[in-house]
Amino acid sequence: MTAVPADASTRGLKILRRPKATTGLWSWVTTTDHKKIGIMYFIATMFFFIVAGVEALAIRVQLAVPNNDFLTPDVYNQIYTMHGVTMVFFVGIPLGATFFNYIMPLQIGARDVAFPRLNAFSFWVFCAAGIFMYSGLILGGLPDGGWFNYAPLSTTVGPDLSGYTYGGGSAELARQVHTGRMLMYSVGLQIAGIASLASAINFIVTILNMRAPGMTLMRMPVFVWMTLVVAFLLLFALPVIGIALWQLMFEVRFGANFFNPSAGGDPMLWEHMFWLFGHPEVYILILPAFGIISEIIPTFSRKPIFGYTAMVFAGVAIGFLGWGVWAHHMFAAGMGPVANTAFSLTTMFIAVPTGVKIFNWIGTMWGGKVRLATPMLFAIGTVAMFTIGGLSGVTHSVVPHNYQQTDTYYVVAHFHYVLFGGLVFGAIGGFYYWYPKVTGRLMNETLGKINFWTLLLGFNITFGLMHFLGLWGMPRRIDTYYAGFGWETLNLLITGGAFLIAASVALLLLNVVVSLRRGELAGDDPWDARTVEWMTSSPPAHYNFREIPQISARDELWHRKHAVSDSGDYVRVPAGGSGDVVVHEDEDADIHMPDPSFFPALAAVGLPIMGWALFASGMTMVVMLVVGAVITVGALFAWTFEPSAEEGH
Amino acid sequence: MAELTTAEASTESHATSLGLSNEKLGMWTLLGSECLFFGALISAYLVYYGRYNGVPEVSPALYDIPFTSVSTFVLLMSSLGMVLALSAIQRGDDRGFRIWILSTAMMGTVFLSGQIYEFTVFVNEGMRLDTSPFASSFYVLTSFHGIHVTLGVLMLVTLWARSMTGKLTEANADVVENVGLYWHFVDIVWIVIFTAIYLIPYEQVTG
Repeated sequence: MTAVPADASTRGLKILRRPKATTGLWSWVTTTDHKKIGIMYFIATMFFFIVAGVEALAIRVQLAVPNNDFLTPDVYNQIYTMHGVTMVFFVGIPLGATFFNYIMPLQIGARDVAFPRLNAFSFWVFCAAGIFMYSGLILGGLPDGGWFNYAPLSTTVGPDLSGYTYGGGSAELARQVHTGRMLMYSVGLQIAGIASLASAINFIVTILNMRAPGMTLMRMPVFVWMTLVVAFLLLFALPVIGIALWQLMFEVRFGANFFNPSAGGDPMLWEHMFWLFGHPEVYILILPAFGIISEIIPTFSRKPIFGYTAMVFAGVAIGFLGWGVWAHHMFAAGMGPVANTAFSLTTMFIAVPTGVKIFNWIGTMWGGKVRLATPMLFAIGTVAMFTIGGLSGVTHSVVPHNYQQTDTYYVVAHFHYVLFGGLVFGAIGGFYYWYPKVTGRLMNETLGKINFWTLLLGFNITFGLMHFLGLWGMPRRIDTYYAGFGWETLNLLITGGAFLIAASVALLLLNVVVSLRRGELAGDDPWDARTVEWMTSSPPAHYNFREIPQISARDELWHRKHAVSDSGDYVRVPAGGSGDVVVHEDEDADIHMPDPSFFPALAAVGLPIMGWALFASGMTMVVMLVVGAVITVGALFAWTFEPSAEEGH
Repeated sequence: MAELTTAEASTESHATSLGLSNEKLGMWTLLGSECLFFGALISAYLVYYGRYNGVPEVSPALYDIPFTSVSTFVLLMSSLGMVLALSAIQRGDDRGFRIWILSTAMMGTVFLSGQIYEFTVFVNEGMRLDTSPFASSFYVLTSFHGIHVTLGVLMLVTLWARSMTGKLTEANADVVENVGLYWHFVDIVWIVIFTAIYLIPYEQVTG
């Protein structure tokens, strides 16, 4: 591929005129501004969060009472699968991308990411993947094999196809429906993977290459460090599941033999490849939240973060060790005592850097002037809830104990504590914290506090009780259960808790919408924060900083707000005293930013078309594949020949 | 790789933090990811080595090692062409650049033709995608490599066309270097694949 100099002779292929809109729908479709893309990620993520939440409520209604027939087993399988897939791939990963996009370039003092159009491409491909995945609703059903979709259940539907008919159809119909659902899974996640891979490359290059002068690696905010670790994890984990997904696709659609034991294939290959991706994925989901609360806790404790270096290296250590623990998801699969012991040990090891982080957050709060504003409440909630989930995680590492817990609600309780209690609490804290930067207005504190306490209560009712259900033997993924096992009361309470969570999330969304117009005006630095994103206006101008800040310290903004007195203490500089805290300039002057472009969104359109082609056969399939490929490759070519910014603009 | 950076587009145009262009760093990052991509494919092939699904005729005995060695040699020589093309454009020798970039693309095409011929022969001898885990993993591994070579050839031809229309000159030698990085990677990965597939004596594995 070629880049071209931005001179007038190389305006490139004039297939589409350069978009000019700065407001309205097209300005969003064609934008290359990392802040607008971040906002779009937020909206799309919230949409999928609501979808997954509704799916969770449907699961809980079905399980509220024994012998329930609210959902048929077939529908139930699709709903619990899509709850998991949606939360992991369409909420968890893009939730990280939301914050990385909006906040990270501001925190390193950059004007935008390294590849602005690639960034837009990532977002639109992610949307295309979501649309493709849920198009299963009109194409025979959604994936139904659980989010990790074990072979050979995913490939041959167990030993007897005729016994597994959908809606009374024939075995052949069942095979077709099954193939379609597995294509949705394999191709849908493949497309989502392209989006994440592109943004991983983009964020790595941005962080390594676009830092403001003076921003050395060890001066970067912890959030930026965590972004970097997550991007590397994505970079190396995605191709592994990518291959597994290709193999699944070739097996269900073109009859290849990868996972079918009767033809010599090995279902364990799927498990290994899935979890070799799947465990780093756990850290891909949680490290953004670790980064977010590492920004919130120092700000609201009025102290620098305790043990910055240890904090950074613990995050990097998690990134490395995260590759050596995947098989602890497979203890019950029969790998033998040697492998089980090895992975048991590595799993205990990885608790160490996580523990370092937890102690450092506590150390930051210790002796600080703690202000319990809503972001801080959510950050403390994250630390507490994640610790509970982390401890139940350590119990999984003990192999005999693990045999007892495998596929029970104890596991469900565990991963909701780390992912909901960790990722979702942390992210909501991040929303409250950075909302004033994005919109210029604060979110409502009263609503925020109600939001926090109801969420904490509903969360602990729902998932705390699941520990007991699991230890009492209730398997996960069953669509109903008989009365008399002693599970009735807890299940009913859990369903109540789930609705409390739903109400609390509704309150959050209400707060987001209402505060947009009615929120208190925030100013540039409402929290008296420490990092440079609070130096620019709220919301920031499209070029982020009028002048790129010169960084001379970790917690740069704090140092600008304080000076050393004669006695050697730090004293507060009176507001406006230093003169260089916030620079406001109204005129855009001559800062050149990349122009919007049609091509990233257009390139994304071709991918689901190629996916849908696999549902057809013969010439139809070939034609659709070609059409999709022409759109995507053509748009990429046109993009390549289009200069990043037009001359004289 | 295809982008002008914000830094370049902005008036400051200050140097990047690492002193390496964003495009080049991005390409290296992508290649890091590709290592895992091919690593997973090669692992799957090695895991399924010798799993013939009751069709022992479809085995490494089908491989025509001298034939594939020749096409491998051509692919490896194309890396030399790539180096000479880069050297030419860096010296401002547009004519030399066009000759070498086109030669590189042609050597890539020869390799691809060899792969298509090989696949045709194998299919005629009964080795199909669905024959056995051995066959499935062979085809998926080699064809993904083939797709990478195809994309590379497309990029090389594009570079040639840009040079012919005068839009690729000494000033954009970096673009050629980045495409070169990709091309060399695809060659190097083939050395590993060729070794794993063709050079491991199969009698030893199957016993």
